[in-house]
Amino acid sequence: MQVTVNGDTVQLDPGSSLVDLLRQLHLADAKIAVELNHAIVPRSQYQEQALQDHDQLEIVHAIGGG
Amino acid sequence: MTSIDTPLSIAGKEYQSRLIVGSGKYQSFQQNLEALEASGAEMITVAIRRVNLGQNKDEPSLLEIISPSKYTILPNTAGCYTAADAVRTCRMARELLDGHKLVKLEVLGDQKTLYPNVTETLVAAQELIDDGFDVMVYTNDDPLIAKRLEDMGCVAVMPLGAPIGSGLGIRNPYNIRMILENAKVPIIVDAGVGTASDAAIAMELGCEGVLMNTAIAEAKNPILMASAMRKAIESGREAYLAGRMPRRLYASASSPIDGTFF
Repeated sequence: MQVTVNGDTVQLDPGSSLVDLLRQLHLADAKIAVELNHAIVPRSQYQEQALQDHDQLEIVHAIGGG
Repeated sequence: MTSIDTPLSIAGKEYQSRLIVGSGKYQSFQQNLEALEASGAEMITVAIRRVNLGQNKDEPSLLEIISPSKYTILPNTAGCYTAADAVRTCRMARELLDGHKLVKLEVLGDQKTLYPNVTETLVAAQELIDDGFDVMVYTNDDPLIAKRLEDMGCVAVMPLGAPIGSGLGIRNPYNIRMILENAKVPIIVDAGVGTASDAAIAMELGCEGVLMNTAIAEAKNPILMASAMRKAIESGREAYLAGRMPRRLYASASSPIDGTFF
């Protein structure tokens, strides 16, 4: 299946969870926040959050800004 | 700081420093951290942006260099042109920072001036306050809008001194004075400061603090400028508390006339 992450297409094994995606992207331990189809997923739910084909995700972090 | 001063209090937390700094435009995290330390600031703004997929995966993140346990992180909504985008950004920031409620709201109206879109700012401020955020709000130097944002429940109102990143200084000190006259929450000049004297002027007017980024980051020596800003904020504050002498059109001799021998 494929999902869209930050505007890019990402291929995933069927049945993958959010934490599987984050591991694939080397973001499992990163200080991030995740939106799945415009709804924020609390960090405590990454493990059990299932992903579906065509899900839209936004993954953000803090960067320099004024 | 003088013993007669009280700490800056925002959303129930007290700060010894009245300088708030940004984290943008630095050449490296290390330079940013050194400038932060030299500035004495206890609060630092950050932006919320997409992570770069597959890039720099071993590079440290900003929050690993600038620790939220040591500094108050102030996520901003820079780059947002609608209330909806600003509210969405704040909610992402709250999740990112483990329930952190303090945000800097800025809703921009135009890329050239980066002036605030005041109507969208008002909408976003209300929505964020209703959702439990503590909102420090960037706005223009309109005293009526500043009062309205305070009445809505913003924890600090932050009028611009001049356009963001312009370094033009406090262009309308009379408006800042009018805002201060009616304010019951901290008024913090946000944007426009170019050099230390600009920061001192804001503090001499009676502002509770100054927020700046470019004036430090774009100085030839950012760390030295951060130190200069720390002193300017302290000097300006002390001068405000001391109460300046009246302005006179003509001279007033400092040495007595009595006792002259010529």
